[in-house]
Amino acid sequence: MTGLLFQAFIYLLAAVVAVPVAKRLGLGSVLGYLIAGIIIGPLLGLVGSETKGIQHIAEFGVVMMLFLVGLELEPRTLWNMRAKLLGLGGIQVGVTTLLVMATAMMLGQVWSVALAIGLVFSLSSTAIVLQTLNEKGLMKSDGGQSSFSVLLFQDIAVIPMLALIPLLALPELIQHGTAASDGEHHGSEMSLIADLVGWQVALVNIAAIAAVVAGGHYLSRPLFRFIAAAKLREIFTAAALLLVVAIAFLMTLVGLSPALGTFLAGVVLATSEYRHELESDIEPFKGLLLGLFFITVGAGINFILLFDNALLIISLTIGLMLLKAAVLLVLSFLFKLRGADRWLFALSLAQAGEFGFVLLSFTVQSAVIPVGLADLLLLVVALSMLLTPALFILFDKVIMPRLEDDQAREADEITEKGSVIIAGMGRFGQVINRVLKGNGYDTVVLDLSADMIDMFQKFGIRTFFGDASRPDLIKSAGLDEAKLLVVAIDDPDRAVQIVHHARQVRPDIHIIARARHRHHVYELYKAGADDIVRETFDSSVRAARYALESFDVHPHEAEKLVTMFVERDLDGIKRLAHLYDPDIPITENKPYMDLARKIQEEMDTALSSHSPDVHDTVKRAWLPPGKNPDDPDL
Amino acid sequence: MAQNRRILVLFAHPGQRYSRANRDLAQAAIKVRGVTFVDLYAEYPRHKIDVEKEQQRLLDHDVILFQFPMFWYSTPSILKEWQDLVLEYGFAYGKDGDKIAGKLFSLVVTTGGPSQFYQKGGRNNFTIRELLTPLEQTANLCGLHFVPPYTLFAAHSAGEDTRLAHHVEGYERFLGALRDNSLDMDKAGKMPLLSADALPILQGAQP
Repeated sequence: MTGLLFQAFIYLLAAVVAVPVAKRLGLGSVLGYLIAGIIIGPLLGLVGSETKGIQHIAEFGVVMMLFLVGLELEPRTLWNMRAKLLGLGGIQVGVTTLLVMATAMMLGQVWSVALAIGLVFSLSSTAIVLQTLNEKGLMKSDGGQSSFSVLLFQDIAVIPMLALIPLLALPELIQHGTAASDGEHHGSEMSLIADLVGWQVALVNIAAIAAVVAGGHYLSRPLFRFIAAAKLREIFTAAALLLVVAIAFLMTLVGLSPALGTFLAGVVLATSEYRHELESDIEPFKGLLLGLFFITVGAGINFILLFDNALLIISLTIGLMLLKAAVLLVLSFLFKLRGADRWLFALSLAQAGEFGFVLLSFTVQSAVIPVGLADLLLLVVALSMLLTPALFILFDKVIMPRLEDDQAREADEITEKGSVIIAGMGRFGQVINRVLKGNGYDTVVLDLSADMIDMFQKFGIRTFFGDASRPDLIKSAGLDEAKLLVVAIDDPDRAVQIVHHARQVRPDIHIIARARHRHHVYELYKAGADDIVRETFDSSVRAARYALESFDVHPHEAEKLVTMFVERDLDGIKRLAHLYDPDIPITENKPYMDLARKIQEEMDTALSSHSPDVHDTVKRAWLPPGKNPDDPDL
Repeated sequence: MAQNRRILVLFAHPGQRYSRANRDLAQAAIKVRGVTFVDLYAEYPRHKIDVEKEQQRLLDHDVILFQFPMFWYSTPSILKEWQDLVLEYGFAYGKDGDKIAGKLFSLVVTTGGPSQFYQKGGRNNFTIRELLTPLEQTANLCGLHFVPPYTLFAAHSAGEDTRLAHHVEGYERFLGALRDNSLDMDKAGKMPLLSADALPILQGAQP
């Protein structure tokens, strides 16, 4: 027990210290985790061989990340990406594999070993690249999308690679193959396909994927609805985790990549109204597991081996990265990526990835690559991952500034249509949503009532379940990119909370807020809302206008009178705003009460028909020449 | 012509509480048989003119009158807005824009200044007809027959003697004659302005 606690303490402490420091220094979180790993592993020796086991758990972070990536990708978007996915991804994997293989053969490796090395090195790090792209907000750029396409192809390509590698086994390694494969060989692992022949395996695979797609499509909605109705946050979180774990488990059972399975499930659920809730529930787990994964990569670096073969390993690493970047650069020309996007694409994918670890240990088990060589290659993979954040820094600090001058002149490429988040889909939010949607603006709507959501679905309105006052949820609804936030919920305190949070995260976003009453207006104003609308004010004004008209006040005159009332009221609110203090009850706030009374009197005077106020805009209007508005003859 | 003409009076006065002349004129017009009286500022207090509805109104009537006080040598703003929106291309003018052609069109105008102001060298330097040429030409372009404006000068002081009452009574006769087709169009066409004392009505015309 103490051992476990001690380990948890060390890992968490390292992350908590190293990551913020790294971010502050502009190195990004990934490098922070890697450094934390190096410090607690090779440097201080606080953690040791158990990192391998932890890494297996931590790899689940990658699975979760792909689930989240899938959630962001609607099936149609994925279909639109097919050319990039197959073209870019296919060529990148194919060409890189061949070039690495050729190089390895030139360095004296047998063709089968060389091919295995090529396969291992052709992959890039989904974890590092997606994490960094998301962190920098580059995911939606052309370069980011292309990188993602390649990564996705690679994740899929791992599956046939795993099938291919055993065929490359070296006869001389097979005899002591079992000895070579350390504890990583899980001979007793559960499998549904162990005793099946090829076509049966294929059938089982197809059935598993069909189950994920159909289940996601038809079962998830009633299931989530049932769970949401219980109104227990942690159970929804548990359900989200269960979903990911179950799919990953199913995929492993049938010998498919868990990452691929959860990605597919994500895509299927991308159109679900529970998408944002799922996202924000999985997100922290993904973040922690990925962090843990990076720490184990850092901790797992064998510095003794590294220092003994420093020159060889470093030159291999740099050579590999140059080669990969060159292939990517050529591809970027073929696929017409421009300027910064081209460099982003080439630099971001130049490393080897976590699947490299998996493939390497698999090659050793399968007697394809000798252990000594594999350990060396493992270091190359790790080192290239370690260097990746440096490449991103190079991109940020050197390439972007140079290209910016050219790009600023070009028309800005709009990566995403101006989007709107509407929090609260009650009577207030519905109207706003209808007007915006009716005029072609994209809205993301969040509401807390599962019943409401269900009803809106029937009307074809896309609404997501979730509490908008939770920072993580509103973030996954797109707070970082949205142009407008409409806070239309009826809970005054939570509305202030949301506005406050959104303003802190996005100083530039436009915020329209629904206010309960004038004191709420002041609070929303202080929290940072731009436009504040009292929920019943305009309708009351209209009712007042009808009241005037019922006394045969001319409609045009009634309109002018209420308009003047509105102007004076708004003016009063502005004058009172700075006297309002949320901590003092209104009735005890003397300066506020005094001014409020004074304004009230002014208003009554202005509205009374016997007012001496000749500047009254209503009465002054269309006054005949030489007349006084208070002339009794008029 | 046995058929009575249907008359549409489009009334525009934003400050009706100050206008006795236009109020009295309006009250008189409302009572005349065959007149549809529309208070534009009451119907569109926020200036949101319903174009379809207004076009249908035009189609439903044979005579169109604008009743308004002269503001800055022109109509109050809502009447301009009405023209801008309702007299659409393809409806009132232009290709196929003959939907209201052939109807009668006239103005019922009140002014602040006396008649001598409205002449060359006078304070306003132009005659009422000259100042209202934009409306007259609008009528021409739409194929409307322009009938000279029925005008009340110095409207503010008209209520002080019998001038206003006389003008209101003349307005009733004017509307009745338009309805019954008993206005002498040849004579009227040659007159610069119409008024209670200058109203060429055919005697013995069939009602």
